[in-house]
Amino acid sequence: MRIRSHMAMIFHLDKCIGCHTCTVACKNIWTDRKGAEYMYWNNVETKPGTGYPTRWEDQNKYRGGWVLDPKKNRLRLRLQGKWGTLGNIFYNPYLPTLDDYFEPWTYDYQNLFDAPEGDDQPTARAVSMITGKYMDTIEAGPNWDDDLSGSQVYANNDPNLDNATEEERRQMEEIDRTVFFYLPRICNHCLNPGCVAACPAGAIYKRGEDGIVLVNQDRCRAWRMCISGCPYKKTYFNWATGKAEKCILCYPRLESGQPPACFHSCVGRIRYVGLLLYDADRIEQAATAPDGALVQAQRDVIQDPHDPAVIAAAKASGIPDAKIDAAQHSPVYQFVKAWNLALPLHPEFRTLPMLFYVPPLGPVLAKMDRGVYDIVDAASGGLAPMMSALEKSRVPLRYMASLLSAGNEHVIRDVYHKLMAVRVYMRAKKVKDVPAAEVAKALAEGHTNAQEVEAIYRLTSLPTFEERFVVPAMERETAVEDLFPALDPIARNYPTRKGEVGFGFRNDPHRGL
Amino acid sequence: MSDIILFAAFPYVAVVLAIGGGVYRYRHDRFSYSSLSSQLLENRALFWGSVPWHYGITIVLLAHLVAFLVPGVWSHVIADPMTLYTLEVIGFALALAALVGLLVLIVRRLTKPRVFAVTTTMDWVLLAVLLLQVVLGFWVSLAYRWGADWYVHTAVPWLYSLLSLDPQTQYVSSLPWAVKLHMLNGFVVIALFPFSRLVHLVALPFWYLWRPYQVVIRNRGYRG
Ligand code: SF4
Ligand code: SF4
Repeated sequence: MRIRSHMAMIFHLDKCIGCHTCTVACKNIWTDRKGAEYMYWNNVETKPGTGYPTRWEDQNKYRGGWVLDPKKNRLRLRLQGKWGTLGNIFYNPYLPTLDDYFEPWTYDYQNLFDAPEGDDQPTARAVSMITGKYMDTIEAGPNWDDDLSGSQVYANNDPNLDNATEEERRQMEEIDRTVFFYLPRICNHCLNPGCVAACPAGAIYKRGEDGIVLVNQDRCRAWRMCISGCPYKKTYFNWATGKAEKCILCYPRLESGQPPACFHSCVGRIRYVGLLLYDADRIEQAATAPDGALVQAQRDVIQDPHDPAVIAAAKASGIPDAKIDAAQHSPVYQFVKAWNLALPLHPEFRTLPMLFYVPPLGPVLAKMDRGVYDIVDAASGGLAPMMSALEKSRVPLRYMASLLSAGNEHVIRDVYHKLMAVRVYMRAKKVKDVPAAEVAKALAEGHTNAQEVEAIYRLTSLPTFEERFVVPAMERETAVEDLFPALDPIARNYPTRKGEVGFGFRNDPHRGL
Repeated sequence: MSDIILFAAFPYVAVVLAIGGGVYRYRHDRFSYSSLSSQLLENRALFWGSVPWHYGITIVLLAHLVAFLVPGVWSHVIADPMTLYTLEVIGFALALAALVGLLVLIVRRLTKPRVFAVTTTMDWVLLAVLLLQVVLGFWVSLAYRWGADWYVHTAVPWLYSLLSLDPQTQYVSSLPWAVKLHMLNGFVVIALFPFSRLVHLVALPFWYLWRPYQVVIRNRGYRG
């Protein structure tokens, strides 16, 4: 057992209102620079939908993540082997181009002031932020299919619907039952990252102390394999500086005890961040598990921070007490492991993402009957059908399974049964219109009990800031001491270079000649 | 006199510039070491340009290098006329691929607005110098047969004389001006190395083949 600590995240999709505050917070801090205009380290997609970049989940097109070679039981990058990387270095056949994202633009506002007097109102035409030329039609944007964009065109192209039956498709398209939810996405800071593995320059790395995946800007040589290697398309290419960039989980904020900006600003309070203790010896086993066992295998990598054996192993690895304490209070541990409620996005990509999603419960199944909006079959059994209608849910289980459990419906069904139990139990408690027998049945089906349900309810609906974000002190000072044992305030032999210990660039990070 | 400046002094200046400038740039502005790929902005023309250009020019350059490193072996191999012709034809085809690729790349930079927007003056200088070099190489190999043969008796001894710090310009002084220009321009390319995107040449990441897939960086003494 080799215990390590990792910053991990939860997004509770039931609470996301699709406001994009997270996106704006991130944009304003990190990517409002030349060359990064088109990047959204944090973006919020409407599901079903094609996402950003378009159809990013379609790995036949983009070749991201890993595939399991069943004969050798070994992983290989779906992109190509190592020789393939060198052979394709002059031209990466699977790289998304700017048109798969969108061409960033601004508007010619000055024309509103400068236009000569005329018969028409002056307009502010769109101007490309790359070429500076006018753009006649804008054909894509960072969130082009937001809220389905009033059309089924985008939803129908969702790769997760490739396996949907005609019946399921029809059901999702029915006009008065049209359904969608939001999927906020950032880099998952994976345990087995495809981006790191694909980078021939070795410029991308996982930070040992918290697992944050970073690009060393001084080492990146624009071979752009990471962009293909990441199945979530969460590494981006800065076209101005010629360097790859990605979400840094706001590590400067984490190091000062604050949650990342997108977490801090989240209006729906859907986001949780906390430490996980995991067993590094089990990573390989989890990444090579058969499709049906992937979710459970990843749960098995995560260790119980209250287990004395785990604590002892953590201490042996040099993990400070403050971090062990933080891991014991981690909301992420509760959702992922203690309650089995949060699932990794597309575990079949086998990068072992460390961002977990609680699936959305969706609206209570209802129908319009003779002008009355009513819960389905409410007459025939009190509120029971509301709970048992899982199979008839507006978002087909198969769709959610494709998104969050590598196609395994039983995994997602277990999660939903527990979420239903919370809903039923709390309704019985607050509104008092559910019979006790129904509550007992729901609890049994969800494999849970009143005490656990209360705890889930509390951390879902009423958590304080400190309960959502448990960020231990990062102890950078110990890192400095470790790296430079002979630091001397008199000789002033302080490290001054990025890559040694964070003092930023000595030169402007400008485009090379 | 001009021979001395051009073929005895200038090569040293070029090499010193390349090494000194390259090391200085690597130490003081490592961020700027990049191949500055523009594939994100334009994909299709790049394929028809970049692939033939890079493969063509790399192999042709390697052939120059091999003949320089082991001239004896090289002469022995091309002593057989069939082998000589075969090698010349292959070289010709590869050079043609490089030339076509380079032209595609130039046209691409001129006609694709997005790529034009990220093209610097140095990029244009470099493209012009490279184009001149490839065209001259072509001309020389067509007009003065067989380059694979006389290269070993002219340029190679001259390069060795440079290497041994005893420059002997008589090996090259009576060569046709096109050949001389090809040699000189070669050193111009070397001189441009630290001032252009050519630095990506020394960044080719061969050690990837031996590296484990995952990279984790830890502080010493701390494994958590
Ligand atoms: S999600 Fe993040 S860590 Fe995972 S492969 Fe993509 S860029 Fe790398
Ligand atoms: S800020 Fe929160 S609620 Fe709003 S879109 Fe982002 S994740 Fe969803």
